[in-house]
Amino acid sequence: MIWVNTIVQGILLGGLYALFAAGLSLVFGIMRLVNLAHGDLIVLGAYLILLLVTLLGLSPFVAVLVAAPAMFALGWALQRYMLNRVLGDDILPPLLVTFGLSIVLQNALLEGFSADSQRLPTAGLASASIELGAINVGVLPLMTLVTAVLVIVVLNQIFYRTRLGRAFRATSDDAVTASLMGIKPANIFAVATGIAMIIVTIAALYLGTRANFDPSVGPARLIYAFEAVIIGGLGSLWGTLLGGIIIGLAQTLGAAINPEWQILSGHIAFLLVLLVRPRGLFPRAVD
Amino acid sequence: MALLETRNLTAFYGDFQALFGVDIRVEEGETIAIIGANGAGKTTLMRSLSGVLKNVPDAITFEGQAIGDLPADAVMTRGIAMVPEGRKLFPSLSVEENLMIGSYGRQIKGAWSLDAVYKLFPVLQERRNNPGTALSGGQQQMVAIGRALMSNPRLLLCDEISLGLAPVVIKDIYAAIPRIKASGASMVIVEQDIGQALKVADRVYCMMEGRITLSGTPEALSREAIHDAYFGKVEAA
Repeated sequence: MIWVNTIVQGILLGGLYALFAAGLSLVFGIMRLVNLAHGDLIVLGAYLILLLVTLLGLSPFVAVLVAAPAMFALGWALQRYMLNRVLGDDILPPLLVTFGLSIVLQNALLEGFSADSQRLPTAGLASASIELGAINVGVLPLMTLVTAVLVIVVLNQIFYRTRLGRAFRATSDDAVTASLMGIKPANIFAVATGIAMIIVTIAALYLGTRANFDPSVGPARLIYAFEAVIIGGLGSLWGTLLGGIIIGLAQTLGAAINPEWQILSGHIAFLLVLLVRPRGLFPRAVD
Repeated sequence: MALLETRNLTAFYGDFQALFGVDIRVEEGETIAIIGANGAGKTTLMRSLSGVLKNVPDAITFEGQAIGDLPADAVMTRGIAMVPEGRKLFPSLSVEENLMIGSYGRQIKGAWSLDAVYKLFPVLQERRNNPGTALSGGQQQMVAIGRALMSNPRLLLCDEISLGLAPVVIKDIYAAIPRIKASGASMVIVEQDIGQALKVADRVYCMMEGRITLSGTPEALSREAIHDAYFGKVEAA
């Protein structure tokens, strides 16, 4: 029974990693941009929610609704005025720029909020659990997984059922030909990053309610997110969810054997998947 | 006033000059063929007209307005649609999605709609849910033409629509041209297959080494004149 419990907890943890990864996966899928500041943007989102909670006395779950449009605007502007300028055949410039952005964000947050670790208040939700047979499931982890699935479902609907989604896919296939259809690739990319920032804000909510955070925790979230994206196959959103769950499972199982192995087991699972399926579990047919 | 006019149009790829002062004119409702050998500058001309290659504003006027410096999406919105060389379907989109995205930047009512395109090329309706790139070359070309028509363009640019296709397929594709013409769209057709081009065109421009070397109606142009304009005059020894 203890193993069943471990597996359930691992899957739930995977929901959190999938949320970290979904925005990264979306942006990479559309414009082949690896945003090294992704983890720090999640932390920025958490501080923004914290600010709204402290200043306006909102619940974090309400504050996220206020923070999301602001983060969309930030993502839109970031892409439109900075990242679009470095997108091109060479993959190095965007890596350098987002790496720089990561450092700037970490230091700005350190300056503004100090290195003290913070936590979003949940009014007891963080310790609440429900009993499923012999297993106790935390309410917050369960909400995280459900949210992750919802985010992926909504993203897939946008991608495959809407005019905007068609423009995303067309621009991703061939930006020049897309512009012949009247699509402005620069705008499409900006909207995509804006949407990714909404997901980042949702991820930030769960980052901040489930554990402590401080300005330096971004890069580690980026690693988990990146591993989830790679395991799933670049550009596949469902693959990203599965990738998150695989890392979550590996970490929980590793920790069950020996608590020191938690982080290491996640990375080992990532390497094993890469060895067997170098392009991930669900690679895109065309690349 | 001509629908589209170029004046002293030039184009460069880095230091390499591909067009040297090209002047062409397309009247309302007219079908123009541009013929010439490989490397004559035909595709470069089309890329300039569609806004993929930018120019000085006055180099291209469309409906009396200077559009030479507009980006491709703005050119398309004004009513110039392009069937690019090599068809360039979007692999991530189904046949129907490829068609639908053709009107992304210009959604106006007109002769062309999804139904009208399916009527023009019935085979596409049967294969509407296939990925665009799973189709045969000829069917892909039909999708590319249909996609451009979806925006109800004033001017349709067709770049090498017969390239790499079997003669029987080319015949099918060219059978659609008169019906597109009847819908009121003007056309510029770039073609290496001179026979096809002369059949559908009202006027022909011949290009060589980035310049227009000959123009006129198909009836007025002799085989010899076209041959000279196409390959260059062989100097007498």
